[in-house]
Amino acid sequence: MKVILDSGQIEQVLDELAGRIISENPDQSELVVIGIRSRGEILAQRLSEQLSKKLGKDVLCGTLDITLYRDDLNSPQGSAQPQVRTTEIGFDVSDKIIVLVDDVLYTGRSVRAALDALIDLGRPKAIKLAVLVDRAGREFPIQADYAGYKTDVAPGELVQVNLIESDGKDEVVIE
Amino acid sequence: MASKTKQFEWNHKHLLGLRDLSAEEITYILDTAQGFEQISKRAVKKAPALRGKLVVNMFFEDSTRTRNSFTLAASRLSADLIEFTKKSSSVSKGETLLDTARNLEAMGIDIVVIRHGAGGAPKLLSKNINACVINAGDGFCEHPTQALLDVYTIRKAKGSLKGLKVAIVGDIAHSRVARSNMWAMTKLGAEVIFVGPPTLMPGEVDRLPVTVSYSLDEVIEKVDVVNVLRIQFERLGGNPFPSVREYSHYFGLTVERMKKAKPDILVMHPGPINRGLEIESEVADGPNSVILEQVTNGVAVRMAVLFLVNQAAAAQKNLKL
Repeated sequence: MKVILDSGQIEQVLDELAGRIISENPDQSELVVIGIRSRGEILAQRLSEQLSKKLGKDVLCGTLDITLYRDDLNSPQGSAQPQVRTTEIGFDVSDKIIVLVDDVLYTGRSVRAALDALIDLGRPKAIKLAVLVDRAGREFPIQADYAGYKTDVAPGELVQVNLIESDGKDEVVIE
Repeated sequence: MASKTKQFEWNHKHLLGLRDLSAEEITYILDTAQGFEQISKRAVKKAPALRGKLVVNMFFEDSTRTRNSFTLAASRLSADLIEFTKKSSSVSKGETLLDTARNLEAMGIDIVVIRHGAGGAPKLLSKNINACVINAGDGFCEHPTQALLDVYTIRKAKGSLKGLKVAIVGDIAHSRVARSNMWAMTKLGAEVIFVGPPTLMPGEVDRLPVTVSYSLDEVIEKVDVVNVLRIQFERLGGNPFPSVREYSHYFGLTVERMKKAKPDILVMHPGPINRGLEIESEVADGPNSVILEQVTNGVAVRMAVLFLVNQAAAAQKNLKL
C-alpha cells in the first residue's frame, strides 16, 4: 500500500481544481457542481464550498445516483449487487454548466452512465468532468477536464480514495 | 465504485408474498423504491434499467390501479410490455394457466406479473417457468406490492413503522390486502388490529399476529393509521351483514368518528372507494387522507420490485455460466 495523496494534499488539490474551474469558466452564474455517488458526492460538496468561498456566493451542489444507467446491470461481474439510491439535485440542470465530480476516473464507464443520467434531467449548457485521481486504463473515449492527480498504475492495482465522511480519514492510496 | 463493506444482497427472482420475507428484505425494497421516486418527477420520465426486457401483465381478474401501475412502472424502466387479459385471450378457449404461461415464455418473456382468483397461482407458475414472477394479487392470500406501497406511504409520513398502531377495517376474510399488510407491518414493528364484523373475520384469525376488534369506535382513538378496505360485493356470498346502511353505521369511517381520532392519523384505502359506504367522501378527500399518495408511491414501489427481481435473475444466470 502506497499513499499518493495525504489529507493536506487532497485539500490543496481541490483548491487548485476550484481555481482552474473559475478561471476557465468566466460565466460563473451558470456554474453548478454534481457529484457521482458515493465518494464523488463528498468531493462535490467540498468543491462547491471552495468555489463558493472563492466567488463569494453560493454554488449549487447536487448528487447523482447512476445505478440505473450502468452497463453491467444485466451481467453482474460477481461484484456486490449495486444498490439503487436517490438522485438529489434540487435545481433545474437546463442551461447550466455542470461540473461533474467523481473520485477516480478509470475505465470511463461510470462517467458514460452519469452523462446519460444527466441529460435525462434536462439539457445542460455544458458538462465538465472533474476528478481527484486520473488513472490509466480507459475503456471508453472519455477524458477529464480537471484532474487533481494523474497516475499510471497497473491494471491489477486499486486506487482507493478514502474520505473522512465515508472512511474516517482523508487519503488516496494504491493497493 | 466498489464498496468495502459487504452489503445486503437481494436474491429473490420472484415476489410471491411478504409472509416469507424478512424485515431486512422488506426494508431493502422500500429503500430501493426511494431511488425510483424522482424518475416520475423529472424531464425524461424514464431510465434504461430494463431496456430489452419483456414484461407481461397477466390479469385473470379485473384491475385498474394495480395493472396501470405495473404498466407505468415497466414503461418507466424502458421494458417492453405485453398486456394479457382473460377475456381477449385463449384462456376463454380453455387453455390452462401453465400452457398460457409456457406459450408466453416461448416468446421470451423475462417477468410475469400475475393476478389470479386462485390462491397459490403465482407460486405454481414460478415453479414451472424460468421467468421472474410477481404476484399482483392471488385469491385471499397475498397482494404484496399493495402492502409494500402501504408501508412505504406510512414510512414516508411517519418516519418508521416501529411502535405504530394500525387498524385495518372491513372485510378481512376476503382481503389479500389485509393479509399482506399484516405481514409487512408486523415485521416492521407495527401493531395491527383487524376491525370488522365477526362474519367478515377469517377463520384462522386466532393464529395470526394481530388483535381483533369488533368495534371501530373503540379502536379509532388509539391508532396512528387506519387502513379502510373496500367492501368487495363481488366476493361476498350469503348475508355477511344485514344491510349496507348498518355496515356503514358501525364500520364506516365517518367525519363523526374522525373527531375522536388522533389529529395526525393517516387515512388509507387501497381503492377503488365505495364513497359513503366504508368511508365518507369528506374523509377520503380530507387532510388526513393519503389515498392518492398511495397511488403515486405504488409506481415507485413496483419499479423497485421489477428492478430487483430482474437483478436477482441476472445474478443467478451469471452463477450458472
